[in-house]
Amino acid sequence: MLAVSLAGDAVKAKNGSMVAYDGRMAFKKMSGGGEGLRGMVTRRLTGEQMEVMEVRGEGTCWFADRASEINLVSLHGEKLWVEASNLLCADEGLRTGTTFTGLRGGATGNGLFTTTVEGTGQAALLSDGPAVVLRVTPQYPLQVDPGAYIAHQGNLQQHFQSGVTFRTFMGEGGGEAFQIRFEGDGLVYVQPSERNTIGGDL
Amino acid sequence: MSTPVIHDPHTLPSDDNVDPYTFCVELKGSQWFLQKGKMIAYYGRIEFNGIGHGRLDRLVRTSFHSPLHASDWVVAEGSGKMLLADRAFDVNSYDLDEGNLTIRSGNLLAYQPSLALKQSIVPGFVTLIGTGKFVAASNGPVVFMEPPLRVDPQALVGWADCPSPCHHYDHGYMTGVMGGLRALTGIGGASGEEHQFEFVGAGTVLLQSTELLMPERDAGVTPARPGVPGGAGGHGSGQGQHGSVPRLPGQLGDLQRRFGL
Repeated sequence: MLAVSLAGDAVKAKNGSMVAYDGRMAFKKMSGGGEGLRGMVTRRLTGEQMEVMEVRGEGTCWFADRASEINLVSLHGEKLWVEASNLLCADEGLRTGTTFTGLRGGATGNGLFTTTVEGTGQAALLSDGPAVVLRVTPQYPLQVDPGAYIAHQGNLQQHFQSGVTFRTFMGEGGGEAFQIRFEGDGLVYVQPSERNTIGGDL
Repeated sequence: MSTPVIHDPHTLPSDDNVDPYTFCVELKGSQWFLQKGKMIAYYGRIEFNGIGHGRLDRLVRTSFHSPLHASDWVVAEGSGKMLLADRAFDVNSYDLDEGNLTIRSGNLLAYQPSLALKQSIVPGFVTLIGTGKFVAASNGPVVFMEPPLRVDPQALVGWADCPSPCHHYDHGYMTGVMGGLRALTGIGGASGEEHQFEFVGAGTVLLQSTELLMPERDAGVTPARPGVPGGAGGHGSGQGQHGSVPRLPGQLGDLQRRFGL
């Protein structure tokens, strides 16, 4: 559960994630993720839909979603890439947008696009079990199972890596046929659980 | 909510828990058996190969003896650090020293090849024999208990050092038609706890602290031979009934037996 103290300012939160509040609060649905007309059209087109509300007021507001674990990420002008379904809440000062992620999304079943959060402030990520934060440096690239990936930040290149061979089709695959390979400098957030993915059982 | 710990290949523990839900295995040119789909991330160069991979033939000969589970297991080899996790369940590692341990097949995540995996006579369970480390998942922390003990079938994770596992039905369940009807229909009050597993003898019983089972993968059945429990048409699940016909839950087959039919 996430407690947010507000003093006249606002946060963006996933629709319906408020569980309790005290003080005075106003909830306002923001169509298209609060990114204006252009953002709305982009989200429609890309299928990376995000139902967001704006919470403004004074007091404390508690957010939660399906008893998932919540991880706070502080951003100081950096950019965070996160799946829309994993973003619970973001400070008003953070801009959200949509980007193309390439092949990875296709394998995770989350679509080919992802959400970006940019600016200064805090964002709350949802994960099934507490997220593990892994650092990637040029010497140490990291491979992540698409089903366990939730977010990344920093200057990272991602490659889609596949170990599909003829064995996979004979039911003798290695069980980890698809991976995302991160190279560069940055942080990757993984959850100790795997979503169902197309490549999950291969 | 504190700031998250950032891990890199140097700070990740070697063969230990990162947090209660994630386990880190360090490979240095060595091999680990791994259940499919439990790897969430890895550093370094690690290869995953199915059990049927020709090069692993010698390894499989010494440490893997269960054709039913062969398609669920892979061998990881190479060097690097790899993170294992399973549906955000608690994971723990255990050391066996010239010992044996039987565990629900879905709960076992990984083990060192110095252990040998065999199917247990109890359907749906596997036994590890030898010396080495293995990683198992449970819903909620694992509780260790000493026999004699009766446990709820859903809370049972496994047992070590050979206590004798058997079914136990409460007296009311056994007596007469009314008892049978009551247990099957719940009419007249059934607590749902009339059936337990009983353990006697020396050893340790491992329990999980919820009664939520992992969804079990149907691993198939043991070959139908006389004297093989669960062999002839039984289900792969732990609670599979011993019989020649597959039975539906709540089927009245037992009542006929009570009348000697």
